[in-house]
Amino acid sequence: MIVEFPALNLLLLMPAIGVAFNLFFGYRLGRSAVNTVSVGVVAIAFALSVWATVKLATMPPGSCLQAQLGPWIYAGPLRLDVLLRFDALAAVMSLVVSGVGCLIHIYSCGYMGEDPDFARYFAYMNLFTFSMLLLVLAGNLLLMFVGWEGVGLCSYLLIAFWYDNPLFAFNGRKAFVVNRIGDVGFLLGIFVLFSAFASHGLWTLDFAEMRERAGLISPAIATIACLLLFFGATGKSAQIPLYVWLPDAMVGPTPVSALIHAATMVTAGVYVVARLNFLFALSPSTMEAVATIGTVTAFFAATIALAQSDIKRVLAYSTISQIGYMFLGAGVGAFGAAIFHVVTHAFFKALLFLGAGSVIHALGGEQDMNRMGGLRRRMPLTHAAMLAGTLAISAVPGFSGFFSKDEILQAAYTSGHKTLWLIAVVTAGLTGLYMFRLFFLTFYGKPRLSEERFAEVHEPPFVMAMPLVVLAALSVFGGLIGLPEGVLWGNQIGAFLAPITGRVSAAPAQAVMLLSAITSGVTFIGIILALIGYVVIPTLPERLAAWAQGLYRLLWSKYYVDELYDFLITRPVLFLSSAILGRNVDSLAIDAVVDGTGEAVQGGATAVRRVETGNVQHYVLIYLGGVLLIVGYYLLSALRH
Amino acid sequence: MQALGPLILSWRSVLAPGIVALTAVVTMLVGSGLSEDESESVGWIALTGLVAAAIASLAASGDHIVTFGGSLIIDDYTAFFYLLIPVCSAVVVLFSFDYVAALGLPATEYYALLLFATTGMMLMAGAGDLIVMFLGLETMSISAYVMAAMAQRDPKSSEAGLKYFLLGAFSTGFLLYGIALLYGATGSIKLEAVAQMVRKHSIALSPFVLLGLGLILVGFGFKVAAAPFHVWTPDAYEGAPTSVTALMAVGIKLGAFAGFIRVLLIYLAPLHAQWSGVLWALAALSMTVGNLAALAQENIKRMLAYSAIAHAGYILVGMTAGRSEVGPALLYYLLGYAFANLGAFAVLVAVEQAQQSGTKLDDLSGLARNHPMLAAAMALFMLSLMGMPPLAGFVGKFYIFSVALESRYVWLVIIATLNSVVSAYYYARVIVAMYMREGAERQAQTRQPTLLFALAVAALATVIIGLLPHPYISASSAAYASAEQVLRPATAALQTK
Amino acid sequence: MTPINYYLGLGALLFAIGTVGVLIRRNLIVVFMSIELMLNAVNLTFIALGRAMGSADGQVIVFFVMIVAGVEAAVGLGIILAAFRNRLTVNADEFNLLRW
Repeated sequence: MIVEFPALNLLLLMPAIGVAFNLFFGYRLGRSAVNTVSVGVVAIAFALSVWATVKLATMPPGSCLQAQLGPWIYAGPLRLDVLLRFDALAAVMSLVVSGVGCLIHIYSCGYMGEDPDFARYFAYMNLFTFSMLLLVLAGNLLLMFVGWEGVGLCSYLLIAFWYDNPLFAFNGRKAFVVNRIGDVGFLLGIFVLFSAFASHGLWTLDFAEMRERAGLISPAIATIACLLLFFGATGKSAQIPLYVWLPDAMVGPTPVSALIHAATMVTAGVYVVARLNFLFALSPSTMEAVATIGTVTAFFAATIALAQSDIKRVLAYSTISQIGYMFLGAGVGAFGAAIFHVVTHAFFKALLFLGAGSVIHALGGEQDMNRMGGLRRRMPLTHAAMLAGTLAISAVPGFSGFFSKDEILQAAYTSGHKTLWLIAVVTAGLTGLYMFRLFFLTFYGKPRLSEERFAEVHEPPFVMAMPLVVLAALSVFGGLIGLPEGVLWGNQIGAFLAPITGRVSAAPAQAVMLLSAITSGVTFIGIILALIGYVVIPTLPERLAAWAQGLYRLLWSKYYVDELYDFLITRPVLFLSSAILGRNVDSLAIDAVVDGTGEAVQGGATAVRRVETGNVQHYVLIYLGGVLLIVGYYLLSALRH
Repeated sequence: MQALGPLILSWRSVLAPGIVALTAVVTMLVGSGLSEDESESVGWIALTGLVAAAIASLAASGDHIVTFGGSLIIDDYTAFFYLLIPVCSAVVVLFSFDYVAALGLPATEYYALLLFATTGMMLMAGAGDLIVMFLGLETMSISAYVMAAMAQRDPKSSEAGLKYFLLGAFSTGFLLYGIALLYGATGSIKLEAVAQMVRKHSIALSPFVLLGLGLILVGFGFKVAAAPFHVWTPDAYEGAPTSVTALMAVGIKLGAFAGFIRVLLIYLAPLHAQWSGVLWALAALSMTVGNLAALAQENIKRMLAYSAIAHAGYILVGMTAGRSEVGPALLYYLLGYAFANLGAFAVLVAVEQAQQSGTKLDDLSGLARNHPMLAAAMALFMLSLMGMPPLAGFVGKFYIFSVALESRYVWLVIIATLNSVVSAYYYARVIVAMYMREGAERQAQTRQPTLLFALAVAALATVIIGLLPHPYISASSAAYASAEQVLRPATAALQTK
Repeated sequence: MTPINYYLGLGALLFAIGTVGVLIRRNLIVVFMSIELMLNAVNLTFIALGRAMGSADGQVIVFFVMIVAGVEAAVGLGIILAAFRNRLTVNADEFNLLRW
């Protein structure tokens, strides 16, 4: 059932209104007006999302709401509209984007309270919310690409928000360039799909229509298109090989890291795969690739996270790792579970980032965990919130992360990907280890801060504490929307998404219990190791690092991937462009041609210009010349007949 | 000979131009009773009349009806220009208020002439015979001659008016001769009758028709500023007061093209083989001369004059193709061209007043620092004229070129594309001057609500028409299709004979 | 009755004379008179054609053209006068402030 629902237009446009307000009136009307409007528009968007979701939930499964903002590109048979569609998948995503987004906007009011560039900041944040909503609500692939590019742009603008610092500006550029590399793949994928569908008379790229007629596409075409789109997804969602930008993106303001680089934008790749699941289903080999890359990334990033000392970098690698889990879920066909993990991850990762932000804020910008420690006494509330987030991400049974991660692991095992499952279980143990390492280093042990600075540490103000509390509650209880089958009300979110994403057959109950027990056991081992290493015997890690020096350095240097890319790609390209093309081809050959053309054109310009002598009778002469030519032409052609 | 049909006199055909003409008379009457200081307020009367005419334009839409014994035509094509032309004139009025006072132009005469010129442009769009076309053209031109020479104490202004007038009157002679020859060959001046006659092979190729056609091409070529009949353009544009230049670059172009397209593409379509070659040459020459000469200009008004010549060339590229698919593209192009040019001249007017300076490229140096909004708007208009996506200029150019390409005018499209590349240089020069060069610190500010409103209208139109082209393209298609309707029954009747 | 071609020929000749006058005379007033001559040559052509075809259109047009010519004369002389006030000359060669 499809129901017209014009309020969707409003839902999308609210943040756009915020952008315009902040840009045009932001600095003039002052901080409180900017805060009110920026938070207000996102809150209204959230309220509209809730309304739409409630309406959708009362309709039969497989329904959707839609609204047409207007025609977009009509050319020949091509018909592209600005069409918004609100189905179960879009509902879940837009609730997360606007809900978590709203909390982070509120938090930002406190976090950016001293920054003179507040209006620019909130304009970017609203623009991001707009683009992200466009991405999830878009009814066709090309409109989605507009949102896709929009979030990339906002990410760049916000990473380099403090552009005075050349390193920050460089990191912003790095993120943008790496994303662009992925976007090339994404765009090519769109082209392939477009030409494939257009040859069957489908010119709209509309998701619903493509889904209906996916059978027309041959598996080979589907494989090419899906691989290209997935390449784009690895850029935006920071997976191997394009994950390198995300850790460097942490130089942006911390709420930005929470919203863009943890909760929403980086999961866009997962959303795309889930949205196009009918195409990915046509190509088993692409599904294998998605699952494998996801798992390997999850493991790989978790090992790096073990050895980092910057609190935000640890969280960045944990994000990469968690998105790896989501791709594992999508790759084994459990698209619903992947989206469920997107949701819980948005809760606990936003919480962890905001908690880290509170710590950084309280410590005056300090991000190195080696200079923290013992903060639990000065910041009990933040400590409690971070504990909730850490338990959730470590997937301790009962907390939200447990249910979603467990569902993914179950699906991996039952679909026969036993190797991937094993790696993922080990990664679960690593997750417990590195997350509790972060937690203990920050809040326990002896304070490693000087006395007077430690005395100044304080809890965040109310506007920052409130989102922490809400997100902590969500991190603890958010998993209840997706309980395992047969427990209480069962898997509500899975049933809600099923018409879009399909469902995987559940394993027998005994196997479920056993698998959960194994995963939880491994997780607890990780947590206990962290407890031993960072609370009971604090000297152990150093001794361990000295003992396995090579491995530690490898992890600490992030496997030298940045250096590898620099050596393999950046330098050769620079060499090619500056030394060979720049010095020889460009300056000798091309410059000569270009300058020559330029000079010829300039010469022509002067010549043509001199025709205008200013004398009116010369003008008459030129005019008469034209008349004579035309009259002569017609006289000749008249004579010929 | 034509049999006399029932004489239809429809008020719908004259409502909009009638309102404008009447407003002109009212303006003169009211203005004559006011002192020099008060007379500026007659601008508001002019504005009201133009807005009323724009609303009244709806009366002309609907079926294709020929009224006043064939002199005027009611259809969507007429309505399209009845709406567009007063809107453009209204924008000119909006940014004229303080400018007229600053230059000491006689306000009453200024607005009255502007309204008369507007009437003429509208008549050209709605004309159904060659004489009404001629009268509309003269009403528009003669008013413009006077307006160009209006800054009496400025020798450049009177010289511009003089040159414009001499060449314009000279050109009138050729157009009129062309009409006379066509009349002699076909026995009628009514476009419909002419169109029916030239379908006959024996008449179509008679020397009278061919020479008449040639001279009409010359006459219209002069008004739309196509090379080699463009020579007056740079001098007249440079010397005239800037707001008058805007009227010449936009209103007169619109009126002239409205008439030209209707006469040539619809009524003289059977002679396509005869005129397409000449238009090909005019188009290629206009683009090349316009763009090349614009490169070397230091005065922005003069540069925009050459740019207008080049744009006339682009439109002629579309006309050369001559298929009915190109009609909507031409109307759409005119739409985008009109607002981008209006905006550019509005910025120049603002700059002249705010900085008490001329319109040299150097006067725009550092504009981005002194007046960021003006600079941003000017950059937008330059980008649209350059043909940057997603602005209106790009969509229009793309549309015209692609139709021309479908009609296999490959070389012409190649020339046009090369010219577009060249043009980027001089438009970009304006942007570079505004944003990258240091200008003198100037304190003066522009605080004219009407001018800013005009700028906002032009900027919004330029963006919206380009970004969401669909409604405008369908309006253009409807307008052109409605004008073409006339030929279908005639063709059918001829075939049954 | 005189054949129509004679009238048409005379009209063309007058038109050509006017054109040449515009081209070669230096005095703006004379240039302007030459333009008027061109218009009247066309008028003659219209009348001759209208009479030959027995159509009234040709005659009516002439009235309109005469009115237009009258208006042009009024406006044109005004503009020439304004130009003269500024430059104290009516020599076409000396009006070249605007060029290139």
